[in-house]
Amino acid sequence: MADTTGTATPEAAVEHGEDGVRRRDFINIAAIGAAGVGGASVLLPLISQMAPSEDVLAESSTEVDISAIEPGQAIKAIFRKQPLFVRRLTEKEIAEAGAVNAGSLRDPQTLEERTKEGHRDILVTMGVCTHLGCVPLGAAEGEVKGEFGGYFCPCHGSHYDTAGRIRKGPAPTNLEVPEYVFTSDTVIQAG
Amino acid sequence: MIRILGALIGLGFTVVVLWAFGNGAYSAMTEDVAATAEHEFYLSPKDVDFQHEGAFGTWDLAQVQRGYQVYKEVCAVCHSMKFVAFRDFAEIDYTEEEVKALAAEVQVPGIDPNTGEATMRAGVPTDYFPSPYPNKVAAAAANNNAIPPDLSLMTKARGHGTEYVYSLLTGYGPIPEELSEEFPEFTTPTGLYFNQYFPNLNLAMAPPLTSAGQVTYADGTEATVDQMAKDVSAFLTWTAEPTLVKRKQTGWPVLGFLLFATILAFMSKKYVWSSVKPKTED
Amino acid sequence: MSYPWAREYEPKTGLTKFLDEKLPLPRLVYNAVGAGYPVPRNLSYMWNFGVLAGFFLVVQIVTGIVLAMHYAANAEVAFATTEHIMRDVNWGWLMRYAHANGASFFFIVVYIHIFRGLFYSSYKAPREMIWLLGVVIFLLMMATAFMGYVLPWGQMSFWGAKVITGLFGAIPLVGEPLQVWLLGGFAPDNAALNRFFSLHFLLPFVIAGVVILHIWALHIPGSSNPTGVEVKSESDTLPFHPYYTAKDGFGLGVVLLFFMAMVFFLPNALGHPDNYIEANPLATPAHIVPEWYFWPFYAILRAFTADFILSAKLWGVIAMFASILVWFFLPWLDKSPVRSGHYRPMFRKFFWFGLIPAMIVLFICGGAPAEEPYVMASQIATAYYFLHFLVILPLISSLEKPEPLPYSITEAVLGSDKKAVLGENTTPAV
Repeated sequence: MADTTGTATPEAAVEHGEDGVRRRDFINIAAIGAAGVGGASVLLPLISQMAPSEDVLAESSTEVDISAIEPGQAIKAIFRKQPLFVRRLTEKEIAEAGAVNAGSLRDPQTLEERTKEGHRDILVTMGVCTHLGCVPLGAAEGEVKGEFGGYFCPCHGSHYDTAGRIRKGPAPTNLEVPEYVFTSDTVIQAG
Repeated sequence: MIRILGALIGLGFTVVVLWAFGNGAYSAMTEDVAATAEHEFYLSPKDVDFQHEGAFGTWDLAQVQRGYQVYKEVCAVCHSMKFVAFRDFAEIDYTEEEVKALAAEVQVPGIDPNTGEATMRAGVPTDYFPSPYPNKVAAAAANNNAIPPDLSLMTKARGHGTEYVYSLLTGYGPIPEELSEEFPEFTTPTGLYFNQYFPNLNLAMAPPLTSAGQVTYADGTEATVDQMAKDVSAFLTWTAEPTLVKRKQTGWPVLGFLLFATILAFMSKKYVWSSVKPKTED
Repeated sequence: MSYPWAREYEPKTGLTKFLDEKLPLPRLVYNAVGAGYPVPRNLSYMWNFGVLAGFFLVVQIVTGIVLAMHYAANAEVAFATTEHIMRDVNWGWLMRYAHANGASFFFIVVYIHIFRGLFYSSYKAPREMIWLLGVVIFLLMMATAFMGYVLPWGQMSFWGAKVITGLFGAIPLVGEPLQVWLLGGFAPDNAALNRFFSLHFLLPFVIAGVVILHIWALHIPGSSNPTGVEVKSESDTLPFHPYYTAKDGFGLGVVLLFFMAMVFFLPNALGHPDNYIEANPLATPAHIVPEWYFWPFYAILRAFTADFILSAKLWGVIAMFASILVWFFLPWLDKSPVRSGHYRPMFRKFFWFGLIPAMIVLFICGGAPAEEPYVMASQIATAYYFLHFLVILPLISSLEKPEPLPYSITEAVLGSDKKAVLGENTTPAV
């Protein structure tokens, strides 16, 4: 298989000796490796383009005016395109929530941990059932509030109490309390 | 057969297009093509240097901020900038607090949460720049039927856009004597303004930058007309493509890596082929 | 189907043996672009462009799918969502610039691929079907590119859609109803934008399908080569892998360097500034020009300026479509038994000093405003274009005396001391 006939096949390279083979292999592996690195780095923009865009991220805070909520009433606002429940608890509801031994709950939390100092009567939670994401009932006037007087999710029967804690049904955790601050006595800002 | 048919079709097209050529040549010889003032006196944009130009250019953030001030105090009276949101200003070196303050300076349409009536409220960072006119009809009515174009993309929407904006802003002046001599019938109608950097020479926009000190720069830069025009051109380059500098900065490592990979590919190709290269002496 | 000396795929591991029995996909790849496909050993870099065109089709499909995730085909918001992609979507600017410039690079490599085929007469028997499918791909590409350019809903998008659909209005009797039907209205609007988006998404996959047929048809006679002499023995060929995979890899690197340089540093150089102005049905841009890759054909369209039995407008439309359709007939118009332009002295002169200059003139005139001297230049070039394919090519295939061909590819590459006397053009192009 002499090269002069031009019939050389890849195996002919073997005759170039050990060093030639090693060097050639190294170059080929490096070239294929570089192509692999290049291909992989293209994945970065291709994947991250699906993450929230800047306008979506920028709209991630919402202000809610709570001055008009009467005790026992709740309002629904929109926070990050999802419902946000803001509820002004009555004295009775606060007492009910406090009477429960937090340690016995599925997701042990006290009302104090779920509200802000000085505004114990304002319960801010996401209106998203922690089971599979339905919107629980109980925030609007006349809706069923469930066996524990808080919220009730009709999809799979999760009952939440007056502090928004899961008491009965399939939901694994309490209704999420988002990050929020009181920018004044009557306005909260979520996010 | 197909070749005879093909030749006939080919000759047919040739005859028709040469007939058109003959007609065109005849009218070119018999009719004078009237030269127009637009054709002869239009000037290409002046060449100005900006820090963002070139393959390594970066924003001159102080200049872009000054440009925003010119836009806000002069241009925004008539021109909208609807694709730019106040939150974008975080990219040109404004702090979060400053962005909030800038947004709060404008009033944007809102809805009264109690009555549902349309009202105005102070802007927040997620708001886009409000338009100075409620709709196109109002914009046309207020401006002698010439709607002031949106400025968000202006420097990309014209050839050599940054220079074009600068040249237009500084290009107003009287009709030159040569033009009047050559085209005595050329005039600038009332309500239009002569500008040699505008394609048809008469522009509906009144000179917006007229005197030094029209705006007062916070950083102490002297606000000459030339300076203001340059600053606002730089600002509009940023609004047209906020990712411009990031794009170029991403480009260099990509090209560097590709060059490296291509050299490797070349060496690999050479080695693969080395066994079949013909011998030169044989 | 392939040469008798083609290597056969031998599955080695359990998994590949299993696959080879149930679904012989690895065998298919091995025979299509692997060591099982023997390729003439003398292919020049001009033969890289088929693979490159395939690469850019993939780039367009991938970036296009990404853009479609963020774009909305509605006349109210199309321009705004395009800007949303440019400003807010993570890496959106990169995706859009890669897609816009990717279209240009797709056309650049396809034009080189086509003109390589024209110079080496790759359309001749036994490769007619490959050529015909190639012309179909080119037509599909033009339709796809045109509709894609409408989607950002800028001024050139709008007026391009109006002017190009207006061409159909030139057809007698059915023209105007046809134009209204195509647009779903009397001018481009939501209906047109939505159907263009739908078809712009669909057609690339149709192109991919025809590309598979194109490659299938290629593997029946095998690749042509710069001498135009058919493969005679094993010494004339090399396995595609690793020889041509390595060569294509290098070629791809070089083209990617140019592509990325455009995307990152001159992303708008091949576009038109007017398309950054939102579509306005009440104001026409000063010069409506299509994307650069349509300029030669746009020049042919505009070259017909005088009525001649039929209206000038109709002549322009017919000639523009005919200028591409004529390519379908090339295998039967050019009867010269010699393929490669290297051995055809007359053909070579008409190719380099006739067809190529005519294409360049048409390209320049297509992008220029419709005024003198561009119109008259485009008329001369249009006349030559049709004469070249329909009159000159058939004539010289009878008149010309070809130069002597090498006996075989091997001889052309390695030189020979005993075979037929060789012409000076037999130096390998490799």
